Amino acid sequence: MSAAIHVAFVGGQAPRWSDALLAGVADVFPNPVRTLAVPVELAACFVPSRRQHHAALVLAALLRHLPDPTAKVLGIVPVDLFIPVLTFVFGEAQLDGPGAVVSTHRLRTEFYGLPSDEGLLVERAIKECVHELGHTFGLVHCRVYDCVMHSSTAVDEVDLKRSELCGQCASALEARGWK
Amino acid sequence: MNARRILIVDDELSVRGSLEEWFREDGFLVETAEDGPAALRAMDRGPYDIVLLDLKMPGMDGIDVQKRVREIDPAATIIILTAYASVETAVQALKLGAFDYVTKPVDPDDLSNLVRNALRTRELAEENVRLKEKVTELTQPEPVVAVSAKMQHVMEMVRTVAETDSSVVIRGESGTGKELIARSIHAQSRRRYLPLVAVNAGSIPETLLESELFGHEKGAYTGAQYRRKGKIELAHGGTLFLDEIGDISLKTQIDLLRVLETHRFCRVGGNQEITSDFRLVCATHTNLEKQVEDGRFREDLFYRINVFSIEVPPLRERPEDILPLARCFVEKYARAMGKPIGKLSPEAEAVLLACRWPGNVRELENAVERAMVIGKGPVLDVHDLPVTARNGAGDEPPERSLSAMEKTHIARVLEDSGGNVTKAAKVLGIDRATLYNKLRRYGLKR
Repeated sequence: MSAAIHVAFVGGQAPRWSDALLAGVADVFPNPVRTLAVPVELAACFVPSRRQHHAALVLAALLRHLPDPTAKVLGIVPVDLFIPVLTFVFGEAQLDGPGAVVSTHRLRTEFYGLPSDEGLLVERAIKECVHELGHTFGLVHCRVYDCVMHSSTAVDEVDLKRSELCGQCASALEARGWK
Repeated sequence: MNARRILIVDDELSVRGSLEEWFREDGFLVETAEDGPAALRAMDRGPYDIVLLDLKMPGMDGIDVQKRVREIDPAATIIILTAYASVETAVQALKLGAFDYVTKPVDPDDLSNLVRNALRTRELAEENVRLKEKVTELTQPEPVVAVSAKMQHVMEMVRTVAETDSSVVIRGESGTGKELIARSIHAQSRRRYLPLVAVNAGSIPETLLESELFGHEKGAYTGAQYRRKGKIELAHGGTLFLDEIGDISLKTQIDLLRVLETHRFCRVGGNQEITSDFRLVCATHTNLEKQVEDGRFREDLFYRINVFSIEVPPLRERPEDILPLARCFVEKYARAMGKPIGKLSPEAEAVLLACRWPGNVRELENAVERAMVIGKGPVLDVHDLPVTARNGAGDEPPERSLSAMEKTHIARVLEDSGGNVTKAAKVLGIDRATLYNKLRRYGLKR
């Protein structure tokens, strides 16, 4: 499986920690990881009644810019994302599909009234990006609490887990033909 | 582990889609339905671990769908999901058996916890069903062998009385299997998932019986270092089997009568009333009516416990049961001892049939167990049986003279020693010459 992973920073310029994020993703997946510029207009995905951006709409917009059918595209947005039934999501992915999106909005310490901590933000962003990409490679949530594929519904759960796949999830990926 | 299945019922496509993706990422197999009729059709493809149900849908609303889903799968775990929160609808949904109720949009952490709790509750319910089946299997008493008409009548009475909560007195000679009958009553009653607590009043000194039955508080008497629950308290919800009830003192009879009338009592040394809902099954080998006449058993207690009386006949009155019982014991001990002994020889069976078995089923079981210890081949033969059985013990009252007892004892020890006189003499504590003399005198052969 050598599908390229295209990382698109949507809604502004790539942050200064973008290289660290790409390196973190490349540490887990041996696929080529590269940035992709996409003209996605986040405003079109804004839902005034929720004052949030609709994750499914952002994902759909990203997929229109998929470089090739075998590639994976991962959008990283600074805005707060939701899906209709939930109050928010850290990210959204297509299980065994090409696209995923991650929001850094609630990964920032400032969101919780704490001083800015860029190092922690990068760490959290890498974990969420690897997690959502894992879904695009067909992985479901893992019961191992510190596996990156463990479900996180709060930021402290993101902090608890590592940025790596546990042995079982790594084996599951291998079984699917990923080396 | 098989993937868990969830059915999402919501009229909004975006909600169905987002929940479907959310649960697929969680490893669920997801089905969706856009309205009530589609949900009911989907139920045919069930069962589902969880049904997530929108309360407000056009046509058939969630409450109606919930009722129909329950009819199709009474065990379904239903979580109500709605954009219109109201206490009335929540209460109505919960009264109809919904697991819980959430308002859209829901916090992901709340939804995750809710689903986890619902699954855990469902797993516990399923585990409970499995454990109950296992308990029923494990608590089945040894089967009562009832080939004879007399024992079939006893078992008919057991079936009749098991369904009630009435007190039962089981009468019969020692060794007839009164406790087995009590366990059979318990195992067929609605109390079978709760304990059967047995107390043998005849084997406990009177001074301890009160504490054994009612429990005691810390410091109730010297040596009572801890509070201890009594058998009556432990039998709460189940059955109290009181063996040898005819042996309890008049004082304890009064206390027992009060418990039977009120189901309330205090531990020894305590003043807090405790309630215990138990069913009493008693057993006795004595004639309770005679004891009442003699003033040794309270008449009021007698009538209280003697609601239903079952008489277990002695083995000599039901010879048809002897061989089926013996075969049953051969199987039991072959399994327990890991011996490949499968049956009795026709000669051994004839010996067993000829015996009067004064010790009843207990004696028969002991005889077979002993024979199984000695037996070597695949068939138990006459020489494997104890001397008492071979001599048809019980045909006549046993001789009580010292010499008769000595003869029997020597014969038994010699047999246990495999005919080895040196070994037998050592066991008997006499020298070989003396043993030879005795063998000659009693006409015993090695």
